[in-house]
Amino acid sequence: MPPLPLPPSVPISWYLTLSAILFSLGVLGFILRRNIITVFMSIELMLNAVNLTFITFSYMLKRVDGHIFSFFVMVVAAAEAAVGLAIILTVFKNRQTLEIDEVSSLKN
Amino acid sequence: MDAILFLIFAAIAVVCGINMVVQKHPISSALSLVGVMAALAALYLLLGGEFIAAAQLVVYSGAIMVLFIFVIMLLNAGAEPKSVLKPMGKYLGAPLLVVFFGIMSFVVQNMTPSSDNVVFGSFKGAGPREIGTSLFTVYLLPFEVTSVLILIAILGAIVLARKEID
Repeated sequence: MPPLPLPPSVPISWYLTLSAILFSLGVLGFILRRNIITVFMSIELMLNAVNLTFITFSYMLKRVDGHIFSFFVMVVAAAEAAVGLAIILTVFKNRQTLEIDEVSSLKN
Repeated sequence: MDAILFLIFAAIAVVCGINMVVQKHPISSALSLVGVMAALAALYLLLGGEFIAAAQLVVYSGAIMVLFIFVIMLLNAGAEPKSVLKPMGKYLGAPLLVVFFGIMSFVVQNMTPSSDNVVFGSFKGAGPREIGTSLFTVYLLPFEVTSVLILIAILGAIVLARKEID
């Protein structure tokens, strides 16, 4: 079997395209899913995709700043997860549901 | 070798991401998300970010996902019913998402220099030492603001999740 025609090293655009794929999947889950916890996890997936972009550009520019930014994104994601999950707990305690379509008291 | 490693971990990330979106049960989605995050940590290592790879494993796939799974267990979340899509979302959603992805990858292909390749080990400027130096000199103010943010988040989580005391 002949070896696959792979480049010896990976172009930077491959990393950015992977990040775009993951971000699109996050958007898809965010719009399609109805469980509030899964919607929240889709947001985390989008944040991860953005982190990959930061790290890739940091490599491309040979600077450390992208890593610092993605570190801050991680911290904000942790804070967001703590508060968001507390909100989910409160919503479930008051309404006994996790369906986002049923939490619509602000509608109309 | 670099390309093989990249393709392996990218495939893991994409497959786990697709699995996260299509699974009906939240616990399956959460475990798939752990897979995505672990694969991304390996990709960070390939890009020369040792510190951020370790932080990704510890903070994201460790702490945050444990919090998610803990809440899923606590609320005893079951499989969700099938989504009822409005006709616009049904027929326009997937094509619009493909267009969105196509525009993004087109811009990426045109913007990045094609000669610039990722070689493992060629970028040493983002180890723990450099990140620490940068974090405590140039980015000192954002770092301190972050600590205030986390304090506010802790207080907010406690206030939201505590039992009502009359």
